[in-house]
Amino acid sequence: MSTDTLVQDHGGTHDVSHLRKVAMWVFLGSEVLLFGSLITTFLLYRTRIGDGPGAEEIFDIPFTSVSSFILLMSSLTMVMAHHSASRKDWRQMRVWLLATGMLGMVFLSGQVFEFTEFVEEGLTVTTSPFGSSFFVLTGFHGAHVAVGVLMLLATAFMSFTGRLRDGEGMNVEIVGLYWHFVDIVWIVIFTVVYLMQV
Amino acid sequence: MATLSPPVEAPVAVRRGVWGWITTTDHKKIGILYGSSAIVFFVVGGIEALLIRVQLAAPNGEFLSADAYNQMFTMHATTMVFLVVMPAAAAFTNYMLPLLIGARDVAFPRLNAFSYWVFLSGGLFLTVSFFLGGAPDGGWFGYAPLSTQVTEVVRMDYWALGLIIVGTASLLASVNFITTVFTMRAPGMTLMRMPVFAWMSLVVNFLLLFSLPIITVGLIQVFLDRNLGTLFFDAASGGDPILWQHMFWLFGHPEVYVLILPAMGIVSEVLPTFARKPLFGRSFVIFSGIAIGFMGFGVWAHHMFTSGLGPVAEAAFALTTMFIAVPTGVKIFNWMGTIWGGSLRLNSSMLFSLGFIAMFVIGGLSGVTHAVAPADWQQHDTYYVVAHFHYVLVGGAIFGLISGLYYWWPKITGKLLDERLGKWHFWLMMIGFNLTFAPMHILGLNGMPRRTYRYPEGLGFEFWNAMATIGSFLIGVAMLVLFWNLYRTWRRGEIAGPDPWDGRTLEWTISSPPPEHNFDQIPVVEREDDFWHRKYRTAEDGTAIAIEPAPDMSFEREDNIHLPSPSFYPTLAAAGLFVVVMGLVYVPWGLVAVGVGAVLTLWGLFGWSMEPLTREEH
Repeated sequence: MSTDTLVQDHGGTHDVSHLRKVAMWVFLGSEVLLFGSLITTFLLYRTRIGDGPGAEEIFDIPFTSVSSFILLMSSLTMVMAHHSASRKDWRQMRVWLLATGMLGMVFLSGQVFEFTEFVEEGLTVTTSPFGSSFFVLTGFHGAHVAVGVLMLLATAFMSFTGRLRDGEGMNVEIVGLYWHFVDIVWIVIFTVVYLMQV
Repeated sequence: MATLSPPVEAPVAVRRGVWGWITTTDHKKIGILYGSSAIVFFVVGGIEALLIRVQLAAPNGEFLSADAYNQMFTMHATTMVFLVVMPAAAAFTNYMLPLLIGARDVAFPRLNAFSYWVFLSGGLFLTVSFFLGGAPDGGWFGYAPLSTQVTEVVRMDYWALGLIIVGTASLLASVNFITTVFTMRAPGMTLMRMPVFAWMSLVVNFLLLFSLPIITVGLIQVFLDRNLGTLFFDAASGGDPILWQHMFWLFGHPEVYVLILPAMGIVSEVLPTFARKPLFGRSFVIFSGIAIGFMGFGVWAHHMFTSGLGPVAEAAFALTTMFIAVPTGVKIFNWMGTIWGGSLRLNSSMLFSLGFIAMFVIGGLSGVTHAVAPADWQQHDTYYVVAHFHYVLVGGAIFGLISGLYYWWPKITGKLLDERLGKWHFWLMMIGFNLTFAPMHILGLNGMPRRTYRYPEGLGFEFWNAMATIGSFLIGVAMLVLFWNLYRTWRRGEIAGPDPWDGRTLEWTISSPPPEHNFDQIPVVEREDDFWHRKYRTAEDGTAIAIEPAPDMSFEREDNIHLPSPSFYPTLAAAGLFVVVMGLVYVPWGLVAVGVGAVLTLWGLFGWSMEPLTREEH
């Protein structure tokens, strides 16, 4: 980045939303290593199932495919929200933000349902290293989705009060960066943890 | 020059009292907070070290029990790494980075405050464990099953949670500093014109950014193994303790460079100033710092040569470890090139920088001997390793940071440190340090194992252990001299003026201590060492000739300066986190505290996101 890209107005104050966007990119770089470590752990333990059920016995690929599709669609609605925001169409932006949040919550409900199914079939965090690493990895991802949903709702809420226009609070673009990242991580998890193990 | 009569009275900031410090978002005050905390924890960690040395002074030591000894070596390392060297480096980064790049603050001042208070929560949390049933005792590396066995119910929970908290603080700070460097540089301050300390801080923060998530995952897995019954590192059920070692050292080796690179940055500022020459091969120093950052992620398994990785992995990691000595060696030669032929001023700051180079070379060379895997099998877990990493971490990191303290103290307080006391400090430290740790090479090669609380008579360990203990108390005396110097100077020191060292970088263009808004006008930078070239031109024979008249660095203060408003919310959110982790140690009834803490944290974060960002100054 050279000096001419510096966003600077009077008195050395900087454009806050630009700073936040850079910070979000930097932070997501760190998140890559977080999920990388969790996925590595899972790959090491994927066959260490002890006396418990293994991947092939419990995974319900059609069900998880549907919930994965729903999460992917939420990236589309997120793009729409960002698009509306760039046209300053705040009403439509709120609609798309809430739609994205709803899809995220549907995905989370799917994950809760899936977890209860697995527990009933005898796989818990204490059953085997496979169980430990599966639940902690997907649980971490679920927690990230939940945080994303909160960010979406907060952004939609703050746009009612007009704060968003003044550059305060979460910028839609920044929430979008985070949301797309969490989606991409799920694509990796779905491929590596689900599809490649059955 | 701007302020011919620097403020003699206490700066405004101090007068606002304790509440002013608790709610501050000023990067300079946060830097001072980091620095003071590091000094307090240094005393704690130092006392732990002295207790260890008293125990080992003679064969069959009776001073500490085995249990107490385990707590001491675990907490000594944890304290010195996470609560002393890292925050001391963070103190300089906080205070100096914005000044060095010509900014008024960091990118996110409240996040910065939050990082500090989270760090302090973690530090207090780790230390308070001594009074709540015993401190962590499984080693700072926490190898499973030492860290995962649940015989001592809570001790290693303190360790796992404490490191997660301290790591979170560093991670947030690294996002903040990286954003600051990329977006807040003054006009004309291109990346390659940035002072080397700013560069090394940037590399360090990238290292933290990419290594901390790895250890965080590992620590969470340890915590879950202990409290939820997961089987990540339980060998009996198919878990793999070696996975923990990989994760720990994949963090732990970049961490080594996190500790040393800030000191290298400081030395790269101090040497040119006191040699009155530009840093020799400046871009080489910067690029070798970047190279160390990259290669730092490729050498971790040399900590694990004895865990049975197999010959291919061991050969590979032996080679990468030898290679990483190359960029380090490049720096050493650049520093020697810098002082070569310079007109040296051997004041305390310079002495510590020169001491750094000498001691770091010794530590670096013994480090290369570890890279030879078969030799490492012999040295592993002996005092030879202890000698090595104290040479790089005390003779390296601590010497460099102390050099920075002497160098920047006049800028921070407006007073010069006493030179006579400073030289006493240096020589006592130099002699004490070498007396303590040089004998450990011999002890280690003679087979004295680490982390054992006593040794029998007749193995030839007596003499050198006694010497090491004497040396460690000499270091203690040296530190007392430093503290006395700091106190005395703070009370009635010689006024420094804005530019006491005839400096080269932007921080010396403003008054000491700097005004709250740092720069009356954001400087426009035209070249490396900009301030120096405003003061001196180069004659044909290469000598510097002062430009007459001296440059006037005083400017009208810009109107409309926005400074971050003070805020209580980051502190509140951090305090909430402290309550959360306290509760997590004592699950299940501690869950009440977890709930209370979570509410406090959310309250803090909510208030934080709702309050206005800046205030108009005055």
